[in-house]
Amino acid sequence: MSSDTLIEIKDVNFAYGRRPILTGINMTIPRGKVVALMGISGSGKTTLLRLIGGVMKPTSGEVWVNGQCTSALDTQGIYRMRRHMGMLFQFGALFTDLSVFDNVAFQMREHTELPESMIRDLVMMKLHAVGLRGAARLMPSELSGGMARRVALARAIALDPMIMMYDEPFTGLDPISLGVIANLVRELNDTLGTTSLVVTHDVQEALDVVDYVYYLSDGKMMAHGTPEEMRANRDPLVHQFVYGEAEGPVAYQYPSSDYAQELRMGERHAA
Amino acid sequence: MPHRSLPTVRSIGSNTIDNVLRLGYATRFIGLALAHSGTSFARPGLIVRELYYTGVLSLVIILVSGLFVGMVLGLQGYQTLTTYGSESALGVLVALSLVRELGPVVSALLFASRAGSAMTAEIGLMKATEQLSAMEMMAVDPIARVVSPRFWAGVISMPLLAAMFSAMGVFGGYVVGVVLIGVDEGSFWSQMQSAVDVREDVLNGVIKSFVFGVAVTWIALFEGYDAPPTAEGVSGATTRTVVTSSLAILGLDFILTSFMFRGV
Repeated sequence: MSSDTLIEIKDVNFAYGRRPILTGINMTIPRGKVVALMGISGSGKTTLLRLIGGVMKPTSGEVWVNGQCTSALDTQGIYRMRRHMGMLFQFGALFTDLSVFDNVAFQMREHTELPESMIRDLVMMKLHAVGLRGAARLMPSELSGGMARRVALARAIALDPMIMMYDEPFTGLDPISLGVIANLVRELNDTLGTTSLVVTHDVQEALDVVDYVYYLSDGKMMAHGTPEEMRANRDPLVHQFVYGEAEGPVAYQYPSSDYAQELRMGERHAA
Repeated sequence: MPHRSLPTVRSIGSNTIDNVLRLGYATRFIGLALAHSGTSFARPGLIVRELYYTGVLSLVIILVSGLFVGMVLGLQGYQTLTTYGSESALGVLVALSLVRELGPVVSALLFASRAGSAMTAEIGLMKATEQLSAMEMMAVDPIARVVSPRFWAGVISMPLLAAMFSAMGVFGGYVVGVVLIGVDEGSFWSQMQSAVDVREDVLNGVIKSFVFGVAVTWIALFEGYDAPPTAEGVSGATTRTVVTSSLAILGLDFILTSFMFRGV
């Protein structure tokens, strides 16, 4: 693993019991880049994210994060590794019993011995970076969806993580908030010198801001390349996904019995 | 063709296995919570906050119920005792019933439905909205940060609530018996004082409420932590908390009573 590579996934398989979720995954995430992990719902994207975060361990294969193999780490080691990771959850996952300020201060209070005055300044800086310094005293229930997502982002970058992971950061946002979040992903990555992994199925927004794309389908890595390469990809599976077409290799219909038979057409003809 | 009773046997078997597994998870869960007690006590602010939510906010229902239970005891006790001409023992009857049985049991039942259900719902929703996962990803163990302080808050507040319930009940009995009906005030208090034993009665009552506190808080926290992360899952877990802890309280009460008051 070269020093330019921050995360490397080697021949990873993962299964829940006998049900395979991921098979033969290889992936490298270079330092300082924004990488997207795309695929339709249920393709195993979130599972892969959990493997990188050490929430679960691969059934076989290795996940290397910053020179450490997650399978070799014990719980304490995983927790130490996570201190360098920030994660933005799908709907923010803000602590609803804490104010915006306390949410962002949470990790600083848990993991550092910083005096309260310094925590205050740091929190205000993080909130300023997402444009919500004025909302510090609000409770999460008083925020709109887009604001909550930005507060969660400020919380995730609280300890200046080396790796930022985004789990479906664009889901359920209005077009303006969506653009704001997409730009923040890029901006924070470049100004803080982090490396970002964005799990998403919002193709067009993601293609505009990322450096590299991995396309996951049915637990297998089907394609990868730069956004331009993905847009030009001739593979029908990738093409259908990138352009959001209803018909293609991914069927619209859930596997079902014959439609005519379902509506008892046969019986009526017999009668 | 397999015998008709086969599915029944099979479902009994699988239910038994599921329940034993859950019991195992619950035991490991409480073990972890206890192992993290040190971190909770190192940050008393966390426990104090939970003491407010579980203990202080349960005060109103506990005090009001205690008053009414005591008043009913005063009425019923007077009715019965007066048949034998021994209404001066009303104080003893009220105090012993409360300190030994009604105080710990009724306050624990109220605690389970007031604070236990709230605990389950809160933790279940924290799980459903990924707050617990977020905490884990921030390298903070939710068992240490969320579960352990709540456990100790429940265990500490239960005996205190039971004591206040009993005190309020004795006052209720006094109001009905002495103030309203007119039982002799001197014998009401003096007979109570000589009959209630600190170790035999009061301490045993405290032990009971401590055990109930452990049981209710454990059940409530585990049900919340183990709840399927959906609206249905959380509502089911909340119901189970109230049902299971009520049954546990009554069952444990029988066991504890049979050990404590054997020779009496």
